[in-house]
Amino acid sequence: MSTETVAAKKSEALFSKRRKAIVTDPLDDDNPVTVQVLGICSALAVTSKLEPTLVMSIAVTFVIIFSNLIVSILRNAIPQRIRIIVQLGIVASLVIIVDQVLKAYLYDVSKVVGVYVGLIITNCIVMGRLEAFAMANKPYDSILDGLGSSFGYAWVILVVAFFRELFGSGTLFDIRVLPEAYVNNGLMTSPVGAFIIIGLIIWVQRARNGYVEEA
Amino acid sequence: MQQSNGYVIGFAVAMTVILGGILSFTAVSLNERQKKEVALDTKKQIMLSVLPEMSDSPKAKIAEVYDSRIQVIGIDGNAIDAAVLEKLDISKEWKKLKKNQPAVLPIYKFMSKDGNSVDSYILPMYGYGLWNDIWGYFALESDKKTVKGVVFSHKGETPGLGARIGDKEVQDRYIGKKIFVNGELKPTFMVKGEGKTGLPDYEVDGLSGATLTAIGLNEMVDRYLNQYKPFLEKGASAVSMAQ
Repeated sequence: MSTETVAAKKSEALFSKRRKAIVTDPLDDDNPVTVQVLGICSALAVTSKLEPTLVMSIAVTFVIIFSNLIVSILRNAIPQRIRIIVQLGIVASLVIIVDQVLKAYLYDVSKVVGVYVGLIITNCIVMGRLEAFAMANKPYDSILDGLGSSFGYAWVILVVAFFRELFGSGTLFDIRVLPEAYVNNGLMTSPVGAFIIIGLIIWVQRARNGYVEEA
Repeated sequence: MQQSNGYVIGFAVAMTVILGGILSFTAVSLNERQKKEVALDTKKQIMLSVLPEMSDSPKAKIAEVYDSRIQVIGIDGNAIDAAVLEKLDISKEWKKLKKNQPAVLPIYKFMSKDGNSVDSYILPMYGYGLWNDIWGYFALESDKKTVKGVVFSHKGETPGLGARIGDKEVQDRYIGKKIFVNGELKPTFMVKGEGKTGLPDYEVDGLSGATLTAIGLNEMVDRYLNQYKPFLEKGASAVSMAQ
């Protein structure tokens, strides 16, 4: 079990340097999608339009933060031998709650993202953060970590959705922005478009940060 | 830290009970609202088969039009009992049909604005696509021969392939097609392959990469139009006599 225990000092400031790093690292240098290459399946599936992508981002943020918090609170009580199933149970319950709330209040969106909301359970980012961080850190730090990781995920899929909807449908949030004369690029509405854009984002990011894959 | 077996089992049981409790509470408290949303959405789908221009209108407004202009009748032409209508579930009736049992076959009559004549007849349908259930609303002009518009929806067809039956662009291919050829019922058929032009009046262009969904769709349209045949033929002959 790999853990990233960050040594906490006593009476640390609410937004100390270390805590800021917990939030900001996953946004760029340690991004779950572009660097750790996790959560790709949903990044491909939901990003053809901005609206479902935004809902998906919010749902994932909710699930990561609360599962991180709950697991972190219970981290000393959770029996080691069944910790994965306990984590799964917590994540699955949160996901079902999100799904039910969407069905009740955002029915149209839930028809589009419904299938994928269920798949948040298997989103590697969620389980990855629980195992790597929440099991070994205090609740407040875990919330920050959840925030960082989910925003790292959210901005990448929102950027992908922005370009896919713009070039694939000529719209943004279903509002027409490109002139009618623009011929929609069908490639962008298929998952292939998402691969291309994620690839480009990774390329730009690695060129800028000088990140090299370890052999 | 190695916990005793008793602790592990106790933890698992407690977790199951607590999570189960929370989940059932959520499900029960949201159930009412979810049902309302589903009912509203059904009304919207029915209305879109005849009024596609309303697709961006708020659902409450569409439901208003539905309530004022839709009348539900049975296949015999008489109104359906309100108690039956309340509980009517097209998917359950479909299961009866598959077993050759008598089923309720409602017809949604879309009345003209003044309420004196029928604008179109909307036939609900239910079937099975490639992965899961599909359903639709098949609207006919008042001559009961010409397709006015269709709305299809699905539970889990492949996005980008079979799921395209939910796209307006695909559904529009049905508009203007005839379901009677020389007085014989000929259910509209979706052909294999895409991009064909000059198809006869009873065929529509297919979906490339979604042949199996199209087969399910054709089966559904065929089954239901044949079920509704007595109703459809009654009107059709009356029209031809008038001519």
